[in-house]
Amino acid sequence: MANRIVIDPITRIEGHLRIEVEVKDGKVVDAYSSGTMVRGFEIILKGRDPRDAWAFTERVCGVCTTVHALASVRTVEDALGITVPPNAELIRNLMFCTQYMQDHVVHFYHLHALDWVDVVSALKADPKKTSELAQSLSSWPKSSPMYFSDIQKRLTAFVNSGQLGIFANAYWGHPAYKLPPEVNLIGTAHYLEALEWQKEIVKIHTIFGGKNPHPNYLVGGAPCSINLDESNAINAERLAHVKQLLDQAKVFIEQVYLPDLMAVASFYKDWGAIGGGLQNYLAYGDLPMNGYSEPAKFKFPRGVILNRNLKEVLPVDAKNRKEIQEYISHSWYEYSGENELARHPWEGETKLKYTGPKPPYEHLNVEQKYSWLKTPRWNDHAMEVGPLARLLVAYASGREDVKEVVNEALKKLNVPVEALFSTLGRTAARGLETRLIAHWANEFYDQLIDNIKNGDTRTFNDAKWEPDTWPAVAEGVGLSEAPRGALAHWIVIKDKKIANYQLVVPSTWNASPRDHLGQMSAYEASLIGTPVHNPEQPLEVLRTIHSFDPCLACAVHLYDEKGSTVHHLNTF
Amino acid sequence: MSDKPLTIWEQAQMQGYSRRDFLQFCSWIAAAAGIQATGLAQVVEALDKKPRLPVVWFHFQECTCCSESFIRSSHPIVSDIILDKISLDYTETLQAAAGKQAEEALHKTMTQFKGQYLMLVEGSVPTEEDGVYCCIAGKTALDILKEAASDAKAIVAWGSCASNGCIQAANPNPTGATPIHKLVSGKPIINVPGCPPIAEVMAGTIVHLLAFDRIPQLDGLGRPKAFYSRRVHDTCYRRPNYDAGLFVQAFDDENAKRGYCLYKMGCRGPVTYNACGVMRWNNGVSFPIQSGHGCIGCSEANFWDNGPFYQHLASFPGFGIETTADKVGLVVGAGTLIGIAGHAISTNIRKRKLILEEIESSRNTSDTKKGDE
Repeated sequence: MANRIVIDPITRIEGHLRIEVEVKDGKVVDAYSSGTMVRGFEIILKGRDPRDAWAFTERVCGVCTTVHALASVRTVEDALGITVPPNAELIRNLMFCTQYMQDHVVHFYHLHALDWVDVVSALKADPKKTSELAQSLSSWPKSSPMYFSDIQKRLTAFVNSGQLGIFANAYWGHPAYKLPPEVNLIGTAHYLEALEWQKEIVKIHTIFGGKNPHPNYLVGGAPCSINLDESNAINAERLAHVKQLLDQAKVFIEQVYLPDLMAVASFYKDWGAIGGGLQNYLAYGDLPMNGYSEPAKFKFPRGVILNRNLKEVLPVDAKNRKEIQEYISHSWYEYSGENELARHPWEGETKLKYTGPKPPYEHLNVEQKYSWLKTPRWNDHAMEVGPLARLLVAYASGREDVKEVVNEALKKLNVPVEALFSTLGRTAARGLETRLIAHWANEFYDQLIDNIKNGDTRTFNDAKWEPDTWPAVAEGVGLSEAPRGALAHWIVIKDKKIANYQLVVPSTWNASPRDHLGQMSAYEASLIGTPVHNPEQPLEVLRTIHSFDPCLACAVHLYDEKGSTVHHLNTF
Repeated sequence: MSDKPLTIWEQAQMQGYSRRDFLQFCSWIAAAAGIQATGLAQVVEALDKKPRLPVVWFHFQECTCCSESFIRSSHPIVSDIILDKISLDYTETLQAAAGKQAEEALHKTMTQFKGQYLMLVEGSVPTEEDGVYCCIAGKTALDILKEAASDAKAIVAWGSCASNGCIQAANPNPTGATPIHKLVSGKPIINVPGCPPIAEVMAGTIVHLLAFDRIPQLDGLGRPKAFYSRRVHDTCYRRPNYDAGLFVQAFDDENAKRGYCLYKMGCRGPVTYNACGVMRWNNGVSFPIQSGHGCIGCSEANFWDNGPFYQHLASFPGFGIETTADKVGLVVGAGTLIGIAGHAISTNIRKRKLILEEIESSRNTSDTKKGDE
C-alpha cells in the first residue's frame, strides 16, 4: 500500500509550498504540489497608473527582486511603443546579471546545499586534508588548514551550545548524504563566505536603483542620470565601484561556486538519472545585446524544446492567444464561463474561490482543487522553465559560448548529455549559467563605458512619459527570464489607467497543479520515481523540489479580466 | 552536550577571540544600535552573561524581501547574528529541517522557552474567509500567530506587511490582510516598517533587544525612535536644493544630472519617517534619492494608496495630513515657481525654527493617527 507523505512547510524556498507524495516500495509513485498562500494584489493593480506598476509587481517577490519590475516596465513600454536609450538597456542588463549572480549563489549555498552537505559530518573532517582538497579544487586563497580548523571550532562551539538554531532537527546522518567530511567542511565554510559575499554584489542595485532588495526602475529608461562631472549622478567613482563588484563576483563564482558545484556533483552522479520529469522546455530569453526589440540578439535565446529533441527549437509568441493559456481545473478559482476551458492572459479572469478542506487539515483533497496556483500551458503542453530550460534552448540554438561551458562540465563529470535532464542537471545548469553571466556582465559594463566615452549619457526617453501622449486603449506584453525561468506580464491600459494586468511566472509553470487532462506540471512530474529511503525523512524529495528553486509568492495567480478593442505595437 | 546554553562571551572564547576582540565587538554592536559610549558597559555585560536568545521567525503574506534585507546586514553580519547571538530556531527561509521536523523544532522552542522567545513576523495575516488565504502545515496564519504570540516575550513586526499591511492591504484588500498589532494584544510589539526595512535597521533592532534586554524607545506608531523619528526630507542631502527652489522637472533632465531635489517627481520624503537619508542602503552605498528616484514612502501606512507615485505631494490627497504641520509644504502647495522661490528665501532665514516646529507637530500628527486606528 502506498504511504502518503506531507511536507509542509517546504523550507529553504520563497513562499508557502506544500508537497504531498505517495510512496510505494521506496519510490514516489504520485505527487501533488500546492501553493497555500494568496494575496490577490492583481485586483489591487486595477485602476492604477501604469507607470507605477513596476513598484507594485516588484513586491510580488523579494527574493527574485527586480525581475518583476523589469518585466513590468517592458510591458508598459511595449503597450505605449517606448524604446529605451542604450545606456538604460545596459544598466538594466547589469542589474539583471547582478540579480542572477546573487540569487543563484544564495540558492546553491543557503537554500539547496544542505540537501547534499551534512553539516554535522563536517565536525569530523581533518582540517589539513580539507585544506589539501580545497587547494586541489581551486586557487581561492581562504584554504589554509588554520582557516578550516577555525571554521570547525566555531561549528563545534555552536553544536556544543545545545542551541542548533537553523540547523536543528534536520536529516543529518541520513544515508543519502554521500560527501566525505572534508567536502562537508568546505561546503560549510563556503556557506558562511557566500552569506557575506552576497551582500556585496547587490550594491550594484543600490548604485543604479538606490536600494536592495527592491531597487527602483522607471518606465522609459533608468532613474539614475549619468554625469561625469557631478557627485550626485553616476560618475567615474560609481562606475569604478560597479566594476570592482563585478570583478569580485567573477572571482567568487569561478573560484568558489563552480568548483564546489563540480565537487559536490561528482559524488552524486546518480542524481543525473533522477528527477527529470517533463520533456518540454520553454525560455523567453533575455539580456538584449541590441535592444529589447531584437530577441534574435539576446544572450539567452527564446524558444521551446519538445520531447527533449535538441535538434529543433520552436518559436514562441506570447501575443498569440492560442499559445499560452491557463487552466483552473485544480485551482481555487472560478471563471464566469466554462470552468474547464483555458484562457489566454489577456482574456483571463480570476475570482478567488476556496473549496479546500477547512483548516486545520491533514490532507488536501487532491482529486478536486488543491492550489492557489493556476496551470499554464503552451499549446496544451506542460513546460519546464528555469536555468535548465534556458541552457537547453541556447544549446539547441547552437550558441557557442553556452555549448562550450556545458560540454566542458559534462566531460569533467564524465556523464552523457542526457544527464542534464535531471535534478543534478537543473542544479548544474544554474551554476553554469552563473559562470556565463559573470562574464557577460563585464561585457555590458565595457559597452556602458564605451557609450559614455562616445558622449552618450542618456538614460531616459521622455517621449511618452506624459499620459496625454497615450492612445485611449493599449495592450502590451513584457517578457523576461527570472532566475527561476520564463516570466511574462500582460497589460491592458484604458483611459490612462490599468484596465487589467496579468502575470504568468516561472514557479506557476513549474509548481502548478494538474491541468484539465490530468497532466502534471514540472514539480509533480519530476518527483515520480524519486527514491525515498525513509518516509519519515524525505530528504530526496527536498533535493528535487529545491533543484527548481521554488518561489511561491511569485507563482500564486494574478488577476485580469476580459480584454476588448486594443492597440497593438509589436515592439518585440 | 551541556543543558545550559553557552553565553556569547563563552562562545567567543571557544572561537579563539580575545577579551580585547570581544570588547571591540561590543562597541561595534553598541554603535550599530545607536547606543552612546556611556551605555557600552551594559552591552558588554549583556553579551558576557546571556545564552543565545531563542528566536522564531514566521512568514505569512509577504514576498520575503525582509528576510533578504536582513541577510544583507553589514554590522553585525548575519552569520554572526545567527551563529553567535541568537538561536534562530524556526525560519522557513533558512532552516535545514522541513515539514514535520521544522514544526517540531518550532514547538520545542515554544515549549522549552515559554515566555522567553522572541517572535519575529514577516508578512500580514489574511482574515477574510476564516484565514484560508494563508495556510502553513494545514493551519491558518491567523491560528499560528495567536498560538505563538501567546507565549512570546515580545514581537517584532518586520517590514510594512507586518506593521501596516503593505501591498496586499492596499485598496480593495481582497484577502483582508491585517497587520500584527491589530490582531495581537497584551504583548510588546515593535513595528519595523519599510518595504523592506534597511538591513542594519533590522539588525540594530535585534542588537538593541539583545544588549539591553528591553524594548527600544518607540514612537506613537510603535516604531523604534532610533530609526523612524526623522523624515527622509529632513535628513536628505538634497534638502538644500529644495530650500533653494532647485527642482528636477523631468527624469534625466539637466537638473536631474545635477542632482537637484526630486520633490516635483513625486518624492515622498516630506511625509516619510525612515533612516534612509542617514544610514543609506547596503552599508551606506546609496539610497533611492541619491540614485535619482524619489522616495515612494515605503515605510508609511497606506503608501500604496497615496499615489500615483510620480504626482507630486501638494496635489495628492494624502498630503493633507502634512499641510498643517508642514508650513514649507503649504507654501509649495500653492504651486507656483514664484511661490517656491519666495519660500526658499524666507525659509533660509526661518528654517531652523520651522524644522523644529515641523518635527514636533508631525510627531503629534503620528500620535493622532495611531489614535484613529
